[in-house]
Amino acid sequence: MLSKGLKRKREDELEKETLAVDAWWLGPRPPAVAQAPPAVASSSLFDLSVLKLHHSLRQSEPDLRHLVLVVNTLRRIQASMAPEAPLSPVPSPPPAPGAAADSLLASSDAALSASMASLLEDLSHIEGLSQAPQPLVDEGPPGRPTSGAPPSLGALDLLGPATGCLLDDELEGLFEDIDTSMYDSELWAPASEGVKPGPEAGPGKEETLELDEAELDYLLDVLVGTQALERPPGPGR
Amino acid sequence: MGEDTDTRKINHSFLRDHSYVTEADIISTVEFNHTGELLATGDKGGRVVIFQREPESKNAPHSQGEYDVYSTFQSHEPEFDYLKSLEIEEKINKIKWLPQQNAAHSLLSTNDKTIKLWKITERDKRPEGYNLKDEEGKLKDLSTVTSLQVPVLKPMDLMVEVSPRRVFANGHTYHINSISVNSDCETYMSADDLRINLWHLAITDRSFNIVDIKPANMEDLTEVITASEFHPHHCNLFVYSSSKGSLRLCDMRAAALCDKHSKLFEEPEDPSNRSFFSEIISSVSDVKFSRSGRYMLTRDYLTVKVWDLNMEARPVETYQVGAAASKSRSPSERVTRFFPAPPPSASVIMTGAYNNFFRMFDRNTKRDVTLEASRESSKPRAVLKPRRVCVGGKRRRDDISVDSLDFTKKILHTAWHPAENIIAIAATNNLYIFQDKVNSEMH
Repeated sequence: MLSKGLKRKREDELEKETLAVDAWWLGPRPPAVAQAPPAVASSSLFDLSVLKLHHSLRQSEPDLRHLVLVVNTLRRIQASMAPEAPLSPVPSPPPAPGAAADSLLASSDAALSASMASLLEDLSHIEGLSQAPQPLVDEGPPGRPTSGAPPSLGALDLLGPATGCLLDDELEGLFEDIDTSMYDSELWAPASEGVKPGPEAGPGKEETLELDEAELDYLLDVLVGTQALERPPGPGR
Repeated sequence: MGEDTDTRKINHSFLRDHSYVTEADIISTVEFNHTGELLATGDKGGRVVIFQREPESKNAPHSQGEYDVYSTFQSHEPEFDYLKSLEIEEKINKIKWLPQQNAAHSLLSTNDKTIKLWKITERDKRPEGYNLKDEEGKLKDLSTVTSLQVPVLKPMDLMVEVSPRRVFANGHTYHINSISVNSDCETYMSADDLRINLWHLAITDRSFNIVDIKPANMEDLTEVITASEFHPHHCNLFVYSSSKGSLRLCDMRAAALCDKHSKLFEEPEDPSNRSFFSEIISSVSDVKFSRSGRYMLTRDYLTVKVWDLNMEARPVETYQVGAAASKSRSPSERVTRFFPAPPPSASVIMTGAYNNFFRMFDRNTKRDVTLEASRESSKPRAVLKPRRVCVGGKRRRDDISVDSLDFTKKILHTAWHPAENIIAIAATNNLYIFQDKVNSEMH
């Protein structure tokens, strides 16, 4: 990624990232966003995280650890972008120059929440397909071993490894597979206009970040340290 | 070592531009057995390669007990989950040796979903002189048999046979990240992202779930299990680490389901260092007990920490893995065991990093050294030269600038011989074995 001793210019990097985000969202973006100054660290951070999360979700079998860490980071960013930011010690953003900017912020919060909610819903939807049944553990007294129902477990175990996933679902869960919402790329359409709240929310957060864009990208990738070595997602992976 | 800087630069870039590594050869786990005689490696292609240390012979003083290939076998094959339309990778995530109880060796190997118990036996004798079969094994014409003979065992070339003895399948919904054999030598545990199961080594059709952190609503999921291990001496104790950077010590005597921890080890977040990435940075990638069982070693993005089981509030020691903490990006994922030095307590810690570097910390002198595992920087039997990563400003001749670190080359898996100063380092598809020399410069 980096040739020896060469540093990329910050503006170049942000440009590239903005372009990438553009292509991803497949839709027209408000012109104000395209002209946002480079110093929109936390919203770029948010975009980056959202990109990674969506990339992760698009994989047929998302890595839970990666997902959880990215979602938690997104939550933190979202919390700090909200008007009251209990997490972040940074002072609240400077007063917006006009009412227009205020309304942009307000609407962006709503849109942010909406996008986060839909993200998490998606996550739970995907995970719903891989729920383990373990009804004995959930309903009965805690601590029952899964061997508490030897006949059913034994029957399931006679099946081959590929069908071991039948352990995961209730019967109804089998039909959840038909729902194609997780393959829907329109997930981002309603949220896209609101995700960039504008330059006002950004600058105050910069000081809290010691790392720049390229390092953020690497950091998030480090979560799944072996991801660099993994095969690219293909059909069925 | 008299390295030529120019040569090294050329080789460095050559390696980066040409990736001749076959993906299947990438080593994914390394583990010595309990005596250190055998070293097992697992790779992405589902194979296990076992190395054996050659006995030191007086005829070849230079061999010094080197490791040679002992056996290779295909442990796991890729599988297809038809219900979810997903391929289950054959990559070996972990190998754990069982304590040796007879002439055979046994190990557990696991991929994302299935754990297998393998038995490794040697055969160096063969019976000859059967009455009913000839040398090729074909049945003899009985009319030609005129006398009876007793088959005799004759020596033959050593043959190593590996056979699967148990397959522990269908126990995990999520990806298995750790296995750990209990000190009782009868049970072992396997951990995935959300659950930990307890198995009996002889029983494959059932397992006990002992930890379950799956929330009722997956939308509430905020934490996953990253690693777990049994206590080396107390068969009722085990620890598991989480993506939030906490360690939980659980006692199986307290309850059948150990969702409630007995002890929680967590270092409070430093408010001055808080950032959006605090959690990612503090996520523990591996946890190991010391040999004594008194301490735990954890690895996160930036540091290696030593915890005392008697103190939950914070680690007793913290070692920065990066060259400079503020600009460091040299973490890795795997942590090695303590080194059982002649002094009663373990004294040196090792961990892997980027750019094929690995770091060693001396707990007594508080000194550390960075070394490199690569063909260019080390010829066989050459002494490793400490490397320096400089952040900026003055740069010495052989220093590596932090910007030129190659982050695609990371040492994720390391292992330390249980009794001697021998370490095994896996760098992508290469395995390096380093031994301590009497006059070595290693601290």
